[in-house]
This record gives sequence, structure tokens and C-alpha cells, in this order.
Amino acid sequence: MESALVLVIGVMVAAGVYLMLASNLLCYLFGLILLSNAANLVIFVAGRLTRAVPPLIPKGQEAPLEPVANALPQAMILTAIVIGFGLLAFTLALVVACYRELGTIDSDHMRLAEPPPKRGEH
Amino acid sequence: MSSVILQGTTRLLVALILLFSVYMLMRGHNLPGGGFIAGLIASAAFVLYALAWSLQEARAALRVSPVKLAAIGALLSLASAVPGLLKGFPPFTGLWLFIGGGEGDKGIPISTVLLFDVGIYLAVLGAVLALFFTIEVD
Amino acid sequence: MGWLLALPFLLPIATGLFALGARRKPRRARAISLLGCIGLFIVVVIIFVRVVDEGTIAAQMGNWPAPFGITLVADRLSAVMLLLAGLVGLVVAIFAQADVDLRREVLGFQGFYQLLLAGVCGSFVTGDLFNLYVWFEVMLIASFALLILGGERAQLDGGIKYVALNLVSTLFMLMAIGMVYGLTGTLNLAALHVALAEVDQPAALHMLAVLLIVAFGIKAALFPLYFWLPASYHVPPVAVTAVFAGLLTKVGVYALIRTFTLIFPADFSFAHDLLLIAALLTMLSGVIGAASQYEFRKILAFHIISQIGFLVLGLALFSPLALAGSIFYMVHNIVAKTNLLLISGTARRMTGSFNLAEIGGLYRVSPVLAAVFFIAAFSLAGFPPLSGFWAKLMLVTASLEQAAYWVAAVALITGALTLFSMSKIWSEAFWKPHPTGEVRSLTSLTVSERIQRMLPTVLLVAITLGLGLFPQPLIQFCETAARELLDPAGYVATVLPSRGG
Repeated sequence: MESALVLVIGVMVAAGVYLMLASNLLCYLFGLILLSNAANLVIFVAGRLTRAVPPLIPKGQEAPLEPVANALPQAMILTAIVIGFGLLAFTLALVVACYRELGTIDSDHMRLAEPPPKRGEH
Repeated sequence: MSSVILQGTTRLLVALILLFSVYMLMRGHNLPGGGFIAGLIASAAFVLYALAWSLQEARAALRVSPVKLAAIGALLSLASAVPGLLKGFPPFTGLWLFIGGGEGDKGIPISTVLLFDVGIYLAVLGAVLALFFTIEVD
Repeated sequence: MGWLLALPFLLPIATGLFALGARRKPRRARAISLLGCIGLFIVVVIIFVRVVDEGTIAAQMGNWPAPFGITLVADRLSAVMLLLAGLVGLVVAIFAQADVDLRREVLGFQGFYQLLLAGVCGSFVTGDLFNLYVWFEVMLIASFALLILGGERAQLDGGIKYVALNLVSTLFMLMAIGMVYGLTGTLNLAALHVALAEVDQPAALHMLAVLLIVAFGIKAALFPLYFWLPASYHVPPVAVTAVFAGLLTKVGVYALIRTFTLIFPADFSFAHDLLLIAALLTMLSGVIGAASQYEFRKILAFHIISQIGFLVLGLALFSPLALAGSIFYMVHNIVAKTNLLLISGTARRMTGSFNLAEIGGLYRVSPVLAAVFFIAAFSLAGFPPLSGFWAKLMLVTASLEQAAYWVAAVALITGALTLFSMSKIWSEAFWKPHPTGEVRSLTSLTVSERIQRMLPTVLLVAITLGLGLFPQPLIQFCETAARELLDPAGYVATVLPSRGG
């Protein structure tokens, strides 16, 4: 099961990187989504895949009765998802603002901050 | 978009979704759920409202500015660190207060963890809506 | 103890939230933010004093014991970084009162500024790899917001490039964290020191090292990962560039030092070789990039990159003296670099531009500004007896000790080229007459603005001078800190007392 998931991660990373290399910012965003989910899956696999119950101790017990799932990777993934969600939302807002202000989402045409040198200058 | 059907059902749905979000918030302590997911559900209600009616209506329905809501939420979460200070524990130590407990029944638990979760709920709701209102200009 | 170590990030977050709430009343928001910065500075001074007295201190959040809970640790390196963060936070907050326009304040400048400080301080006190990631993100979101706040067209353009490359860095870091967890089952830095030494998979360790070097290298602006920095650092207001230059990239360097001294085994020479090549190329490419620029702030932005090379060089050489040199360089560089950017802001206020061709005459109208620039710039270039000289001396001596003569040569060439850039700024902005003569003097500003602009600058110059004339206490401190880094047993014993060292 782990190896299957690892293959999935590999494909996601490959597709994500391919998309991120495009000069279109929307493609970049989609690549980013794929890549961040691949990263989440890496943590998920790192916590080992087991068939077990949620790590909750039943009422009146001191310790769980049967083997429980590792809760830590899930907590980390949830945190990573929340953060990734925030960053992605922010980036999306930025791309939208860029499109409104600059009229393009092609990064090759964005030369405002670093204008190409004019002929005969220094 | 101004569809009578959508607008009519939205009024009902929004109330239900908000109720459901509070349910998710409360149940989050011992079962899947919690402040973050509840905040997302609640913000979905306002997004739906904005789609059915208009952005201005949704803003008006929220009453407070989303940024302020997010700030209040984050402050509530921070405040949950404080009770630990009074008892001499490190910040964010979980403390419980049981109200109306009796024989075999602990009563209603009120905890700093719950306060933290409510803070997260408001912070997520505020942040998502602030973002939505910025992107969605009609 | 727990509260003392948590305050460096709790305080700025709380201050930021209050400032954000009051953003429509800029006066009040400013006062809140300034008070918060003063409070933060007091807190970090207390932490610094305690760490110097007692050595490494640690605390567990929520009373969960390490390695299960969230651990906060401050050793000497963390303490000095916190102190610098508090100092830069305070002086830039004062400067920002004069420099940041009302529109940006209403958009929430002060709130994001405080959030940035929280992220920086959080990264310095955390004792856990995943929390380092979280604090990096806090810092990142705040820096995104500060970078594009105001929404000028150039800002959006620079912001896109900054965001795009930094997001890649966070994803690399996240993947590395996943793999560390898969290999060892823990993310607590002290526990990792023990656990990773027992991992017998060289391939996995090498891959991890590369992932972490790329992730932190993008943050720190190492060659060849630095292209986001010159694309974006000159677009926001000067106060924002100053705090970015002072703190953001240094957090990346801090993370590199922490990772490759604490969690990786000390004999893991692969990472040090890689870092050495990256550091040398960073030094050279940064300083050559600066020589090709003709704008005050862009020159300084490229110099940030070349200085990062020096900071990483100490880590790559990996001897007690080299690491001590790195830490000394960090102190010197944060103070001098922040100061130079603040001066560039004041220079623009007086001459109307950053472009060196369009400005001039500053020496004539304001000898004070010229003097502080002179000291800060020549300290950066490594002139004796200023602080940069001692920092470079330590690093060059360390490389000579290891018979790495070409390393020393590159460091000296970089120093010479730095001097070239600084002389260029000096002769163009300060010495030559202003092309149109429209240069205003400091005295034409209101008294409060003059204080807000000059007080931080003079304060930082005093520190540069002090470090230059009396370097011995700091050198001793840095040597102790370096010894601590090279022998993490004390760190591990403080965080995990049950292990008994």
C-alpha cells in the first residue's frame, strides 16, 4: 500500500513541477496545489499506513484497548493544510490583483520591478 | 444572480449551515470536527448568501467587519493561554472547569481548550470572509 | 520560564491584533505597535541576560513533556538572535513612523509588522522542526502582506516573484519534515540529534540534507536560489526593506546553522562541502551583482546576498572559530545592513530618488547623515577598526587555519568589491553635487520626523562603533556560543532531562 501511495506522490510531484514551470501564473498555482498536496501525502506515508482505530481512550479507561493510529502525522497534515490553504488563498488574491492592475498573468511580461536595461544605458 | 428560488432557499439554508457549524465546533472535542472546520462551514454560509443576494447584503448580515472578527478570534485563542499563568503552569496548559457536577456526572465541562477552539472558529470565519470579500468584487 | 520563552511571539501577536483592530485610527495603532516593540525588546533583553547567566533554558508548552509537546529552547545563538530581532524591530518601528504613509497604515501595516516579528522570534525559540515550519509560514504570510501593501504596480510584480519562489521553499521544507519523521519518528530537534545519529541510511540522509539546504537556502538567499531577493526587495517602503534585510534572510541562515550543527551528525561532511561551494558563489555573485547596479537600494539588496555568503561560510568551515565568526558576522551585519537601508530611505526623502544618477549633494547639506553612512558602509566593507573588520578577520583566520587559502582569497576579493560599491554610493549620493540642486536638508524636516529618522540610525551606528572598538566581550560570547553549537550535549540534556544527557 505504501509503495502505491509513493508512486502517486511521485506522479503528483512530477505533474506539479511541470505545471509550475509554465509562465502562466494560473498554471503555476495549479502546480503549487498539486505539490503541496504531495507534501502532505509524504507526511501521511511517513506516519506509516495501518488499519487502526482513532486514538481516543474510551470512557473509564486509562489507556486505549487496541492498537490506535498515529495521531501526530494527521495533526501535522491538518496544520499544513490550513497553512497551505492560507498561502494559496493569498497567492490567488495576489494573482487576481496582478491581472487587474497589470493586465497579464504571464510572468514573462512582468518586468516592472526589474525593467530590462534600455539600450545605451550604463 | 437574482433567482427567487435560490434566494428563498438560501434564507433557510444559511440558518441551517450556521447551526451545523456550531454543532461541528462543539462536537470537535471528542469526535471529528473542531474550530477550523466549523469556521469553514460557517464561512460557506456567508459565501452562499453573498452569491444568492449580493456582497453588500452578506457584509451587512455579518454586521462586524471580517478582519475585526478574525482579530477577535485570534485574541480569544491567545486568551486561552492566560489561565495557565494564574495557576503557575506553562502557557496553553489545558484547564477544565466542571459546572453543576453531581454523582457519577462531571457536569458541563468548560475548558481553555474550548475557548481556544471558539477563537479559531471566529478567526477562520473572519479570515476566509475577508479574503472572499476582497477577491469577489461585483 | 514557559512564559518568558513564549512572550517573544505571544507579545507581538497580541500587539499586532490590537494594532490591526485600531488600524483606522493610525495614531493609536502606531502607539500600540511602538509600545509592543518596546515590550518585546525588554523581554528579549531579559532572556538574553538569563541565557548568558544560566546557559540554555527550555520550556514545554501546555505542560506536555518533550519530545511529545511543543518545546521552546533558547541557547546562546537563539538568545543573541532574539536580541537582534528585538533591536531591529524597535528601531525600524520608530523609523516607520516617519516613513510609512497613512494609506498603508490604514491597510494594516502595523499589524502585519508585528506578525512578522512574531514569526521571526518564534523561529528563534522553537525547539521543534515542525514548529519551525509553522513560524516560517507566519513570517512568510506577514512578509507577503508587507511587500504588496499599498498595491503599487511594481509591488505586485515583485510580490509575485517573492511569493512564487518562497512557496517552493516551504514545500521542500514540508517534504523534508515528512521524511525526517518517517526516518526517526520524532521532530523535536534535541531528540533528532540522538535519533538521526542512529539512522544507517546514507542515501536518505544525503537526500534530506539537500532538501533542507534547498528549503533554507531559498529563505536565506543562497546562490543559486536567491533570484527572488533582487526582484522584490526594492519595491516596498524602505522601512519594510530594512526589516526584511535585517531579519528575514537571517532566519534562513539561523535555520541552516541550527540544522547542520544540531540534528545532522557532526562528521556529515557532504553538507558542509555543498554549503562551502554555495557560500563562496553567493559571496561573489552577490557582490558582482551589486557592482552592476546603479540604484541605492538595489546595490544594498545585492549586498545582502553577498553577506549571506559570509554567514554560511562560517557554518561550512565548521570549526569553533569559524562558527564564532559567523555569529559575530550576523550581529555586525544585521546592525549595519538595517542601518544602511534606513539611511537610504532618509537619503531619498532628502533628494527625491534612489537612482544614483539623479541624486547627490548630501554631504554638503547633511554632514551627520554622511558620517553615519560612512561608518556603516565602511564597516560593511570590513574596514578596521569597525565591527565588520573583526567579523571578516575571524572568518579569514578560520579559513587560513584549515589551509583553505582560496576561501580566504574569495573573502578578501568580496571585501574589496564591497568597498567599490560603497565608494560608488559615497561619491554619487554624498560627494558629487545634486544634478538639479533640489536637495533638502535635515533641518527642513519637522522635529519629530527628524528624530524618527535619525534616532534609529544614530543608535545603530553607535552599536557598530562600539562593537568595532570593544569587540572582545562579543567575541568571547560568540566563542562560547560556537562551542555550545559544536557540542550539543548540553542542549539535548536541557530539553530532554529524562535522558540524563
